[in-house]
Parts: sequence; C-alpha cells; structure tokens
Amino acid sequence: MTTHILIRSLDRSAAIFLIVLAAAAIVVPILNMAVPETSALHVPTYLVALFGKYVCYAILALSIDLIWGYCGILSLGHGAFFALGGYAMGMYLMRQIGTRGVYANPILPDFMVFLNWKELPVFWYGFQHFPYAAIMVLAVPGALAFVFGWFAFRSRVTGVYLSIITQALTYALMLGFFRNDFGFGGNNGLTDFKDILGFNVQAESTRNALFALSCVALMLGFLVCRAIVTSKLGKVLIAIRDAESRTRFLGYRVESYKLFVFTLSACMAGVAGALYVPQVGIINPGEFAPGNSIEAVIWVAVGGRGTLVGAALGAILVNYAKTYFTSGILAPYWLFMLGGLFIGVTLLLPRGIVGTLHHWTALRRARLSAAAEDGVAAPPPEPMPAE
Amino acid sequence: MNDTLTPTMLYLDGVTVTFDGFRALNNLSFTIAPGEMRAIIGPNGAGKTTMMDVVTGKTRPDDGEVVFDGTYDLTHLDETQIAELGIGRKFQKPTVFDSHTVYDNLELALKADHRVRETLWWKESASERDRIGTILNVIRLTAMQARLAGSLSHGQKQWLEIGMLLAQDPKLLLVDEPVAGMTDVETHQTAELLKEINREHTIVVVEHDMTFVRELGVKVLCLHEGSVLAEGTIDQVSQNERVVEVYLGR
Repeated sequence: MTTHILIRSLDRSAAIFLIVLAAAAIVVPILNMAVPETSALHVPTYLVALFGKYVCYAILALSIDLIWGYCGILSLGHGAFFALGGYAMGMYLMRQIGTRGVYANPILPDFMVFLNWKELPVFWYGFQHFPYAAIMVLAVPGALAFVFGWFAFRSRVTGVYLSIITQALTYALMLGFFRNDFGFGGNNGLTDFKDILGFNVQAESTRNALFALSCVALMLGFLVCRAIVTSKLGKVLIAIRDAESRTRFLGYRVESYKLFVFTLSACMAGVAGALYVPQVGIINPGEFAPGNSIEAVIWVAVGGRGTLVGAALGAILVNYAKTYFTSGILAPYWLFMLGGLFIGVTLLLPRGIVGTLHHWTALRRARLSAAAEDGVAAPPPEPMPAE
Repeated sequence: MNDTLTPTMLYLDGVTVTFDGFRALNNLSFTIAPGEMRAIIGPNGAGKTTMMDVVTGKTRPDDGEVVFDGTYDLTHLDETQIAELGIGRKFQKPTVFDSHTVYDNLELALKADHRVRETLWWKESASERDRIGTILNVIRLTAMQARLAGSLSHGQKQWLEIGMLLAQDPKLLLVDEPVAGMTDVETHQTAELLKEINREHTIVVVEHDMTFVRELGVKVLCLHEGSVLAEGTIDQVSQNERVVEVYLGR
C-alpha cells in the first residue's frame, strides 16, 4: 500500500528535485571538507551554514504550500510554529551547556541564574534528553495548531479572517516570549549553544552534518507532502480550496481535513525551526515577528503555490537574493525590493515560477495531443489565446 | 426499501425561516413520496432555495419539522451528516471542482467512507471505475473525462454536477435550476436525464423553465412568499387563478 503511494507521488519534477537534494546533501559536505581551500571547487563553511539555513526555510515554505496552495488556508502566522520548534531545540541545546555557562550552573541556564531563579521551571524538565526534545519539536507546534485549528475550522473561520487571527496568534506569542518571566530568556532568547548530541555545534563537521540532515528533512517532508497531495485526500483538499460548501454537501467533513493538514503543516514547520536553530546559533522572540511569516508566504508565491517544488525553490531563491542584496550598497532598499517582488509576481506571474513552467508544459502537451487526435483531417490549429 | 414503513421520503411541517424579520419560509408544509419526482416552481423570493438550504442543513429553521426517510429529524444535523444520510444537492449555479478533471470530480463524489484516514489510503477498485464509467455515459461526458471541469461549457458543468449527485447515490436528490442557461436541446436532454435518474432516485427539482417542467410531466408544487400556493399536475397548477396572478402572469 505504501509502495503504490510512493510510486504514484513521483513525477519528473519531483524526482529531479529529490535527486538534486540528495546530491547536495552528499556533494556539498565533501566539497567543503575534502577539497582543499585553495581549490576553486571548495565550498566555504559559511556557505554551508547559509544554505543549511535556506533549506530550513524551504521546509517552512513547503509546509505553507501544503495548506495554502492545496487547501486554500492562508496562514500568516506560520513563523510561530517554526519558532516553537526552534525553541524546543534551543531548550535542548541550553541544557547541554551545563557548567560551561558564564555562571557555571549545572542545571539552570545562564539567564535563569541572572534572573535569580532558584529552580528549573517544570516546562524545562526533560529537555536535557534529545529524544524528549525531538518529540516536543513536533508535539508543541502540532498541539497548538490542533487546538487553534479545532476552534477556527469548526467555527468556519475562513479566508482573510483566518489569516488575521493566525497573524494575531504569532504576534501574541512574540509578546509572550519577549517577557523575562515567561521563562524562555526574554528578548535575548536562547543562545551560546555548545554542543548537540555531544558534537560541537560550531565545528565544521557538525555544520556539514546539519546541512545534510536539513536536506534529508526537506526530502522527507517533500515526500510526505507529495504522498498526500497525490492521494484522494489531496484531491479533497483541492476540492475544499475551490468549492468548500460543495465538498461539504458531498459528505466530507471539511473541518477535519483542514485540521489534519494544518496540524501536519505546523509539525513540519516545527522541524524546520529545530534544524534552523543549531545552524544559526540563536533563537529569540524576533522569530515570531509577523513580518517573518508574511515573508515566508512571499517565498511560496514567488516559487509557485500548489507545486511544492516551487515553494522550496522560492524560499531558497528569495533568501539568496536577500543575502545578496542586504550585504551591498543596495541594503537599505531590500524591503522595497521584497515588496516589489511580491507585487510583481502577483501581477505578472500569478502562478509563480514553477507554476508558470508547469502551465506552459501542460499547454504544449494539450496542443500536441489535440493535434495527434485530430490527425490529418484536422483544421489548422487555432492560435493560442493570450492569457 | 419497505414503502409501508417509510411512507414519505421527505416531510416538511410548518417550517418557518426568518432573515432579519423577513419570512423566507412561512409555515411551509409538504411531503415527497419515495420514488417520486416533484417540480417546485414559484417567483423569485418564494423560498425555493431557502427550502433546499433547510433540507440540506445549511440553514436552521426557526420553527417546524423536517423529517427524512420517515426517521431522521434534519433540523438537528449539519451538512455533512445530512449528505451521509443520503441527500444530494445540485446548486443553482453549477458548482464543480474546476481544477479537477471530470473523472476526478466524479471520483470525489463517489459514495465512500469520507473520513480523513480512509480517504488518504483510498484506492479505486475496478467496480468503482466501472461505476464512474457508467455515470460518464449517463451524463454524456465520457469523451471529456480527462478534461478539467473548469473548461467545460455551462451545460456540461450542469450535467457533471448531476453526475456527481448520481455518484453520491443519494436516496433524495435536490436539484436547483438544472436547465438555467441551457440551450433548448440541452434542456430536453436534461429532462430525459432526470427522468432516467428518477427510475432509481427520488428527486425534487426547482425550476423556472415551464417548458422543462411540462416536459418532466410530474406533480408540481408552486411556492409563494414562503408557503405552498398550489399543488397538482402542471395543468392544474398553471390554471390556478392565484398562480397565474403571482407567477405565470396573464
């Protein structure tokens, strides 16, 4: 049963995407570690970390595409799930510091000692164990999404109203996490990490491993999404996106479907955040900022929503552009460029990059098959109408 | 089905729906027998669509009883539950899934376990493929099955939606204005189609097109201001003084 789902879910662009990712996961670390620095093929470590970060963003974009591109749920607060996953990982990393912190307290992280806390808060219990932290990476964003979605979808909150309350959700979390007494390091967040699973987070090999792991996570996330969107469930999601009440009258419980993908998507975003934190070395409440979530939606729009591959590609492209433009003389204009990009894509390329490519191939295929069907007696083909 | 146990397929008694003081349905009562096809006519605002909304669970009535199949009180159920009981609905404006193929539209409508997990693992069986094939034949869209529903003509979309109702295999079909915007030929074909479907299903059809209603040759119910104005054969109803006055015109 699983095999048929796997086979069905792999079309050509999906296969290319997976091959490229697998190659990147293997080749980039080799080029970084085995090729001498003098060689032109050498990949500097800062680039490995940078692209590792982009790959995490790509996972976040994928999770947004699953709900927005396929089910029409526009979440403007997905950064919240990303940040929660990041915090769960950050808590594990904090507990690993142990006596190497500034205050050398074996149990309490530095910021708690600084705040004169005497005991570890209950919700920090267990985070010294990696498996527990790993479960929390999935469970915390998943549980929040489930509860939030349960109320929102049952009350049939849709469209722009849902977008607004997701935005409010991430904003509220940001305000909460900024507070020192919330117990997550206030506005400094969690940082100064030492090691992960016994490996030094700063070490070149760890960075390469994290990069490769992020690629693998993106591949897995992609496979899960592909399996879902190519199943009948995926068809139901598109049906909900296109005609929600029709779907309901066919006997589908729309809110359950939305809840399922929304929760799954939040878990994926959590994983992305968890992989992101050890690579950037910090997690703070700024990650909850509404702007981050909106930016993530722009990546998906640029790459092409409802294409999965496009979402990942959009995240990497836009972020590469961001890095490129914010480090030169154009730095002050980046936000204008980002805004312009969103408007430009909406007006000129509403399907996004990959969506437009798919559309062209589909048009060409349709024309070819029409020509083949009509055969010799066919009238001359009509010119394609302008879009 | 045991007709003695379920003498009525649909039973409305004293149904009242008020929107901001406007009585969309006013003490509406009628019954539909199993296997019957009934045409419902009436001027705009007579409450035809509201009646369908009440039966399918979209609108809760302020007052009155709606009983389906002799046992189920529909006023306490939501759309999904009512659809699962076996009531299918075709909307006034053809509503199909534009970005799915004709075939996939029917597949989605096919009677099945519609819960999330079952849908994820669902695999089409040969008998289901045959059933979709049969429906494609009935609605005359076999040649178009791989086309996107969004690219169909208006009339074809109407048929596809009727086909989706068939795939749902409901006991009762509510069909809202199936021939709106259709050519004469399409209208005629639709009448044939509905008659064919009526051999196995109970149908309630709301329609303005009197030629079409006449062609169906079934019992007619005329609504006006949210209640029943006249009931009977098309000839009886169309000769009714009040019907002529408020709806047909002299």
